[in-house]
Order: sequence, then C-alpha cells, then structure tokens
Amino acid sequence: MKVINFMGQRKLAIALSAVLLVAAIFSLSTRQLSWGLDFTGGTLVEVHYSESADLKAIRSTLDAGGYAGAIVVSFGTDRDVLIRLPQGHADTEGTALVRLLEDSFEGTVELRRIEFVGPQVGDELREQGGLAMLMALGMVMLYIGFRFQFKFAVGAVAALVHDVIITLGFFSIIGLEFDLTVLAALLAVIGYSLNDTIVVSDRIRENFRKLRKSDPLEVINISLSETLGRTLVTSLTTLLVLVCLALLGGEMIKGFAIALLMGVVIGTYSSIYVAATVLVLMGVSKEDLMLPVKEGAEQDELVP
Amino acid sequence: MLNKYPLWKYLLVLAVLATGLFYAAPNLYAPDPALQITGESSAQVIDERTLSRATSALEEAGIEHFGEVIDPGGRNALVRLRDAEQQLVAQARVQRALGDGFIVALNLAPTTPAWLSDLGGQPMKLGLDLSGGVHFKLEVDVDAAMERRQEFYETAIRRALRDERIRGIVGREGDLSVTARLRSEADREAARTLIADNHPELTLERGGDGDNWTITASMTEQMRTEIANYAVSQNLTTLRNRVNELGVSEPLVQRQGQSRIVVELPGIQDTAEAKRILGTVANLEFRLVANLDAPESEKQRFEYRSEDRAGSFEWLERDIIITGERVANAQASFDENGRPNVQISLDGEGGTLMSRATRNNVKRRMGVLFIERKFRTRYELQEDGSEKAIQIPYDERKLLTAPVIQSALGAQFQITGLDSPLEASELALMLRAGALAAPISFVEERTVGPSLGAENIRLGVKSVQFGLALVVLFMILYYRVFGVIAVVALAANLVLLVAFMSLIGATLTLPGIAGIVLTVGMAVDANVLIFSRIREELRDGRSPQMAIHSGYDAALSTILDANITTLIVAVILYAVGTGPVKGFAVTLSVGIVTSMFTAIVGTRALVNLYYGGRKVRTLSIGGV
Repeated sequence: MKVINFMGQRKLAIALSAVLLVAAIFSLSTRQLSWGLDFTGGTLVEVHYSESADLKAIRSTLDAGGYAGAIVVSFGTDRDVLIRLPQGHADTEGTALVRLLEDSFEGTVELRRIEFVGPQVGDELREQGGLAMLMALGMVMLYIGFRFQFKFAVGAVAALVHDVIITLGFFSIIGLEFDLTVLAALLAVIGYSLNDTIVVSDRIRENFRKLRKSDPLEVINISLSETLGRTLVTSLTTLLVLVCLALLGGEMIKGFAIALLMGVVIGTYSSIYVAATVLVLMGVSKEDLMLPVKEGAEQDELVP
Repeated sequence: MLNKYPLWKYLLVLAVLATGLFYAAPNLYAPDPALQITGESSAQVIDERTLSRATSALEEAGIEHFGEVIDPGGRNALVRLRDAEQQLVAQARVQRALGDGFIVALNLAPTTPAWLSDLGGQPMKLGLDLSGGVHFKLEVDVDAAMERRQEFYETAIRRALRDERIRGIVGREGDLSVTARLRSEADREAARTLIADNHPELTLERGGDGDNWTITASMTEQMRTEIANYAVSQNLTTLRNRVNELGVSEPLVQRQGQSRIVVELPGIQDTAEAKRILGTVANLEFRLVANLDAPESEKQRFEYRSEDRAGSFEWLERDIIITGERVANAQASFDENGRPNVQISLDGEGGTLMSRATRNNVKRRMGVLFIERKFRTRYELQEDGSEKAIQIPYDERKLLTAPVIQSALGAQFQITGLDSPLEASELALMLRAGALAAPISFVEERTVGPSLGAENIRLGVKSVQFGLALVVLFMILYYRVFGVIAVVALAANLVLLVAFMSLIGATLTLPGIAGIVLTVGMAVDANVLIFSRIREELRDGRSPQMAIHSGYDAALSTILDANITTLIVAVILYAVGTGPVKGFAVTLSVGIVTSMFTAIVGTRALVNLYYGGRKVRTLSIGGV
C-alpha cells in the first residue's frame, strides 16, 4: 500500500482551515444567521394556489389587509407560497390571513400549514439548542478522554468545533434559514464527524503500539492512508442518500439535507486533517499510548 | 480457522429477524379513512338505527363506505370510507344527519389482521406533519395562580385576626409572603398562634423593631411547585374535557415541562374553531336544595352528571350562593376515621357568603352544579343554496353532588359521606376543573393540511427508496459477494428499525424519515470498516479464512467506539430536544442499535454460511 504524506501538507491544511474559520466567524458576526420561525417567533403560512400565484398581488392584498411587513415568497413551485409575519401578530392571524387570500383569488387557495411560535418559545429553543450542543461536546470529550487519551479528546473536539462553525458559517453566507431541523442536522453532523474521527484515532493508536517507529508524523501518515479507503467509501454512501434527500425529500427537509451534506464534506476533511494535525501540534508520542503495565504482572510469572 | 458459528447463533439471528418481520408487518396494511361516531354523553347508546341514519346520509351524498361496526356496548361506531378525499364531506354529512347528540370524528381505521394485532402487532403512528392536523402549545400562567393564592391568604389572615379582635394591618409582601403589622408583642404572639393553627403549611417569621411588631407568613418553594402543578393539572382536566367535544379520534393532551401543555389534534383543519372550544372555561355554582313546598318559580330541576346516577335529579333554589371563582382549592383526602372526603377552600369573600348562607340552613342540603359551555349546530341556507353550519353556544348545568349541611360553613369545609376514595378524587377533580383556572395562552401553533402530510410521506418514501437503491448498487459493485451480504444486512436493519419503532409505539415524523435515510447511509459504515480490514489482512498475505476472522475482530472495537459516541449525541438530542428534534433522535438511536446487530452479527452469520467450514482460495470482496 502506498503511504500518502498527508502530514507534509499540514501547513496548507492549517491555512485552509484558518481561512474557512475566519470567513465563517466573520459572516456569523456581521450577517448572523437567518433564524427560522422556530427561533424568532412569529407566524408562517404556507398555501397552495390552484393556478400559478402572483406574488405581487398577494403582497398588495396583504398590505391592504393590514399585514404590513409580511414576507411573501414562492416555496418550491410557483403555485406554493410561503408567507411570514413578524412577531407581534396574534395567534389567530394565520387563519384570518388564509381567509383573506381565499377571498381575493378566483381559483382555490388550499391551506398547507400554519405555524405560530410565541416569543418565549423561540428564546428557550436557542438556549436549549446551545445547551444540547455544549452537552454533546462535553460528553464526547469525556468518553474519548476515557477510552483513548486526553490529546485525542482535544483533537476530536477541535475537529467538531471546526465542523460546526464552518457549517454554521456556510448557512450564514448562503443565507439559508436556520430552523429546528437544521439544528438537528448540525447535531447529527457532530455525530457523523465524530464517527470518522474515532475511526482514524483508533488506527493511529493501534499503529503507535504496533509499528516500531518513533516518528509520529510517519505513524499518522500510515494510519491515515490505511483508513482513507474506508473514510471515502462511507462518506460517499452517506452523501448518496443525502443528495437523494435534498433533491427528492421536499422543501421542508431541504435545509436539513443541505446542512448534513455540508457537514459530511467538512467532517470528512476534518477527520483527516484537523484531528490529526492537532495531535501533531500537541506532540503525541508513543509513550502517550503505551498500555499501562498491570501491577503484579511480574509476580504472576514467578508462580509456576 | 473455520469461521463457523454454533447453531444457536444462526438460530438467534433467524429468530430476531423473524420477530422483526412479524412486528414490521402491520405497517404493510394501509389504514382505511373512516368516521368514528360517539355519543355526546356516555348515556347515549349507538344502535343499528343510528348507524343506518349515518350510512343513508352517506349514500345520499354518493360516498362509498363499507365495514360498519358498532362496538360491543354501543359506545361508538366506525364507518370505513373508500376515498380519503371525501372524509371531510362525509363528516359534515353524517354530523348533519345525526344532530348534536353525537360526535362524528375523522379516524384512520387500522386494517391490521387479527392474528397480528392479537400478538401486539400495530403499525407506527404518524406524526402531525405526516397525517395533517393541529398542534398547540399552551402556557399556564403560574404567576397568576400564585398571586391568587397569595390574595387568598391575605384575606383569610385579615379575617381571622378581625374575628379574634386582634388589631393590625395585613398586606402582601413580595411574591410569596403576607405580613401582619401588630400593636404589641402579645398581639403578635396571638396572631402567630392563630395563623399557625389555621395555615400550618406556611412558614412564620417574627420581625419588626422596638414599637413595631410584625409577623410574616410565607409560602415555601415546595408550595410554589405544588401550586404550579395544581394549576397545570386543573387546566389539563378542563382541556381533556373540551378536546373530547372537538370530534377528534386520537387527541393528545399532555403536560410538557413545568408549565406547558401540548395539545395535538390529528385531522382538525379549523384552528379558530378548535381554539374557541379549548379556550372556554367551566364553572361551578353552589345552591341550596329547594324545600319541598317551594313554589315552581323559585326552584329549578337539575340532573346528576355522573353515569351511575344518570336520570335522577334534584330541585335547587334559583339563588346562587357562590360560583367557581370563589373556590381556591379542592382536594381529595381522608377524615380522622379514614373515610374519604373532599376538602374545599374558598377565598375570603366566598367564606363570608358561604357562612351567611349556611348559618340558618343547617341540616338542609346544598347542591354543587358543574357548568360547561357546549355548542349546538344550526344549519343556515346560504344564498347560493349551500348550507352553512353555525355553532351556537349554550351552558349545560349538571349536578355533581348534593350533601347535607352539618353545621355553619366557612372558608374551609369538607364534603363527607363519599363511597370510595375514587369518588372523592373524581369529585375533587371536577370541582377543580370548575374553579377559576389559572389563565392559559397559546405560545405555539402548527397546522399541517392533509395534502401536505400525504405529500411529505410520498417524498420521504421516495427519497428513502432512491437513496437505498444507490447505496445497494454501489456496495455490490464495490464489494461483490460481500457487498451483497452487506445489502441483505441493510434490508434486515430497515425491517428491525421499523419493527422496533412499531413495537415501542414511537411516532414517525418527517425528521424521523430523515433519520432513517441517514441510518441507511451510516449503517453500511460498519460493514465498510470490516471489509476494508479484511482487504488489508488479505494484502498482508493472510489466508482468506484468517482474514475474515481477524478482519471482524479488529474492526469490532472501532465500530463500538464510533457507534457509542454517536449514540451519546442521539440520546442528548432526545433529552434536550423537542418535537422534530426528538423524532429524529428516536430513529437515529434505534437505527444505531439495530445496525450494530445486523452489520456485525448478521453479516458474520451470512459470511460464515457462505465461506465458513471449507477451503477457500479467494474472497469475492472487490479489488484488494
């Protein structure tokens, strides 16, 4: 098997990650995320017109009907329309709005869904989401620290934070809406990226113990080359289903699928470069991974 | 190295798979759209005549139906329809034909064969995003309930001091306390004893400086939790009663967290109507039972509410002593002889009115009426010839109980002579439901139209199919015979996942389907790990049998570590998340567990069957 000199390119990888992270953080702090209804609160109405809908006419109908500030966009097809009211409208406005649209249109207007989220719920969700993320990271760090070694835990968590920030930044730059399902996707990205990182770490640990080589760079390169096939195959199968989900799953699931697609790509990259680079930076060595000598092992030998 | 499993392992794999197939099977039988007919009150029996009135209404409208059944006991009936699109029209028609005495609800009738359902087989429940319907989240205003309780203590203490001729000023302090300012230390001690006797649940603290003596009575944190629980459960009872009126076949009314209530109504479209009915509150009236010789103009006849006393009635006076607004609390309890009773607390105003009314009427009886807002439907002919249903509200008053007044009553009294603790707790529940409830507000509302639900299912299934097909194709091309084995394991994994979800009664949602799709993608990961290990072992020059053995061995700990960490994330998602996040977490974690079984034990069994116990020159596992 050919050993690829992954770590030889690590300066380039650090530069790439740094650029991506800076871009993501810059966008997150200036443009922020376009929070979905789940987080901002407000009212969202989706309707289906029997013929293609005239968004301008709908906007002026709504303006005249007292729904100033309503955002009207088409949703998937030109007959599906999504209307978002900012917070401050009462919880009964959704049904009234649909009635108004029905009255001003000659064909039929079919109600697809109404969502109303009060302000207190949105704030809570943001807190809960952040808490879930931190808890997940903390627990994962503990588990890896316990199963592997502290340096590996730092590497894995660094890779996770890297993936989450870049995926969030991607959502911010593209301006995709960030709702509850996207949050779920982000947490799934943590799970997935972790999966990848652990497989790689596992091999690095094994090779440190097995190969009689002391150069950490060489050991890491061998390990990454050995697992490369598996990393790519798994990412490919996951990407295949995610592309199907994004293209065929419908509008309500699209954000979810895109977040995961992005996360899987970044996660694959980070499990090769970020986690391993952090290990090198922290000076991982053979001694970190020697199996602890069992007490009393020598005495055992004395007993016939 | 022979790579043979002992017989029991093969049998175990077979048994798990057979069980999986069995419990996944109910999902193959698509449910019929149906109408469920129940009586408005439990006394209303549904007989053949009622049913034929319903079916002839359907025939008149040209709606195909079949499989009508009446439950043994005549509590409800089911009419199955051929076409789901006609369900709403059918509901309106049947409701019109049967009138207000009956509730006609939309339903999805399972078609699971008896041999499956007898052994606990049931299809997965569909979430609202797939079935269509309304989801409400309500917030109970616990602070308002606290304030009301504080007010109650303020008036109760003020009254007690006045009755004992202790002079002082009583006022509320902060959120949890009532303070009395008194003129002397002796007064303060007297007040202290008095409050401690009347309200042992409060914590008391002396205060004040030289010529100013105060005593502060505070509710404890534990009481705060109790009051919050009380306010929420009070609203839960009322909401459950109201939801039954909405004509929904499988409603969900559930407490969520400290002060929230989730209401889910599958099949409901008109949220305005639903909210109006959910929003109305019940009430109570306390009135004296009329004397036998009272003239007709001074008394009214009321029937008992409970089923055991259906048909019997009492005559009550027209004058109302107090209404539910004055009731602060009602709790089932036991007297010193261990007999069940219900303890009722009124607020200060209520206590005065009650003692005034009962002082001269000892040995007479007092009736407690439960008042519910109900709706009667009237049909109005529109200009275009169609009919429009109009809901007209009216109050229904039914008698809960009519006990004898044993002595003059005050702000706190008991209803005794109840037959069982069950009766006591039911009475307390109804009294609480009718007492002035803590206010509730809608904090979240989601409505999904039925067409969107159907479309979500269609798209979800389609993406699972396509994703699966691509993965199958890739695996077989890349790993040959081993690829086929992995694909069989993947199929088994899906069967087990569906079976497990059905068995634990989990609800399938759109994010849940996404979770399944993701599981498909990730489930092959374990096999990819094993197979690339086997390829490596072959490259290192091991014999095929040896390579299989050590490939599985070496990959095991990696797979466990990777899956356990993902499981940790899924469990946290479940614990912290709500709604869509939970649905995703359930399928993801179930999928991880089932995939570990099929990908490790399942594929090993197949590999052993195919290659085990014989001399193998090469393995069909793709390019090494």
